[in-house]
Amino acid sequence: MDDIVSLGFLATTLGATWRLATPLIFASIGEVFSERAGVLNIGLEGVMIVGAFAGFAAVVSTGSLPLGFAAAMLAGMAVGLVFALFTITIKADQIVVGAAINLLGLGLTAFLFRTYFVSTGRGVEVARPIDIPGLSDLPFFGEALFRQNLVVYSTLVLVLVAVLVLYRTSFGLTLRAVGEHPKTVDVAGRSVAAYRYGAVLIGTGLAGIGGAFLTLAHSNQFVEGITSGRGFIALAVVVFARWSPLGAFVVSLLFGLFYALQLQLQAQPALNIPYQALQMLPYVMTIVALVMVRKGVTPTMLGVPYNKA
Amino acid sequence: MANIDEASTAVAPDPAPGRPTGFLFRTFEAIARPAAAVLVALLSGAVLLALNGFNGWNVFDVMLFGVFQDMRSVSEILLKAIPLILIGVGLCVAFRCSIWNIGAEGQLYAGAVAATVVGVAFEGLSSWIYVPLVMVAGAVAGAAWAGIAGLLKVYFKASEIVTTIMLNYIALISTSYLVTGPLKDAASAYPQSAKLLREAWMPRILPPTRLHIGILVAVALAIALYYFLFRSSAGYAVRVVGINPHAARYAGMNVGRNIMLSICISGAMAGLAGAFEIAGVTHRLYQNISPGYGFEGIAVALLANNNPIGAIFSGGLFAVLRSGSELMQITAQVPQVLVSIIQGMVILSVVAFGVYRFRSTARPQ
Repeated sequence: MDDIVSLGFLATTLGATWRLATPLIFASIGEVFSERAGVLNIGLEGVMIVGAFAGFAAVVSTGSLPLGFAAAMLAGMAVGLVFALFTITIKADQIVVGAAINLLGLGLTAFLFRTYFVSTGRGVEVARPIDIPGLSDLPFFGEALFRQNLVVYSTLVLVLVAVLVLYRTSFGLTLRAVGEHPKTVDVAGRSVAAYRYGAVLIGTGLAGIGGAFLTLAHSNQFVEGITSGRGFIALAVVVFARWSPLGAFVVSLLFGLFYALQLQLQAQPALNIPYQALQMLPYVMTIVALVMVRKGVTPTMLGVPYNKA
Repeated sequence: MANIDEASTAVAPDPAPGRPTGFLFRTFEAIARPAAAVLVALLSGAVLLALNGFNGWNVFDVMLFGVFQDMRSVSEILLKAIPLILIGVGLCVAFRCSIWNIGAEGQLYAGAVAATVVGVAFEGLSSWIYVPLVMVAGAVAGAAWAGIAGLLKVYFKASEIVTTIMLNYIALISTSYLVTGPLKDAASAYPQSAKLLREAWMPRILPPTRLHIGILVAVALAIALYYFLFRSSAGYAVRVVGINPHAARYAGMNVGRNIMLSICISGAMAGLAGAFEIAGVTHRLYQNISPGYGFEGIAVALLANNNPIGAIFSGGLFAVLRSGSELMQITAQVPQVLVSIIQGMVILSVVAFGVYRFRSTARPQ
């Protein structure tokens, strides 16, 4: 029991928090772009697992981690293209298409995994932690914050770039306008559809990378259903973050903490909590987060196809 | 009552005014479009198989013909159709109200747990009482589990899409806890509950096959819910809320109550499906009693354009596909998850072919 309050425990938990938040940070910041443009991608879970599988498959065949993450991003965007085609061009219901994307993503990755990989049982070389010289030896914070892998560090760059693009560029302004008042954008002579395609591709590309983190950094292989609801949790993160990239970063960290606590407390048999109660933590907290959030900032045109006429 | 029916066609505005609308044409449309959608989905499954070194023709051969070998295989298909029809029909009601209940899988487990608790408890009860009791327990538990998401939606505006999915995970993890803990059969080494008392088992209607009365109940409930949705004023209110909640409110309809009603009906149907799986098929609770019927039910409802009568047929069709994919796994080592890919493709082609025309002005969140 003494373990729980020790500094070591806290440092490990804090480090794990950031690491476990990373897939959510990628997926939720991407989804912020998508939803700010008015497209609700319920298929995020399917996109993430396609990214997880594509990254894994690419590293198994090329041995290169950067190629793995690139493949995951492209695979995510490919799925995003299908989603965009149906929801933006055909103007089909976003929820219906998203549900299909989830079924296809989970089914296709399981099918290909069983066909090509299951008997090999191979793991891949995962992204290694990089010690930041000078800082990684700091007591407490050294272990928690400065011994992470490159992908985890890159979330800082991602949130910075996302904030700048969304609030400080004309692209970001137009993208937000597309989600609030598409007619204005249309009248101003820009294509609503093009911006929505762009937003969906940004969202699904990032979700693909987030998925790949699970197979290329968090663990070293693909498992069917490895995303285990993270795509859906990312959707809730976006709501709780009130459609802000910085908020998505912070809320993702909060959920990272729930995942970290779940793992850390499972390693404490003295506590005598059934492990299922800990397993439930992220899912229960997602519901709590949705209930607590103040409403009224939803992008006006979220989920509504744009008709030119 | 005639106006109600006219209003129901307003749900799916005619995309091309002026084209034939006679009975024969409508019947042809109602069959041809879904059939085309299913064929395209099977075709893409075949292409996928061919690309990965399997025999693509197998999809059509096994899925459409191979599964109908004898009485036993047909009865096994009907057995699988029971949960699919029940869940699909229930989701028709929720989707017509624009309530995106993605949590049928969790509601099925809630029903299965309740059926188990009741089904092992009362020794010496007559089947005439016990069987309905188990069914009611499952339906009530499923409705209650779905009702949580309904209440969160009505009182806190929490998106039911996310909450029902989270409740899926919570239900599955809870089941895993129950079968390793409080409900575990002390006499067994496996994580599973004790066997249900015999009087609680669903009566079989076609011995020696496993087919039970659930299939009759499923079809009867589908017809009943069709009449509810399209021939009753309560069902009319559910649909108006689904098409335009603001207009419904102006017309004096209680939006919250209709949301609760529709999500609880869909939950009750999924819970009943869970009770039938326990009391009709497995006779005990364990972790993976459902191969994903709750998610498959979404495709069942969509292929039927949210029409409960149509869901009887689409549920049957998906049962054929599921049996076919099991057979392909056994005979040709094709991974059985092929069935989820075909389901996903069915939904996409259903959208592309305009089978699914239901559209709401309500926002998804």
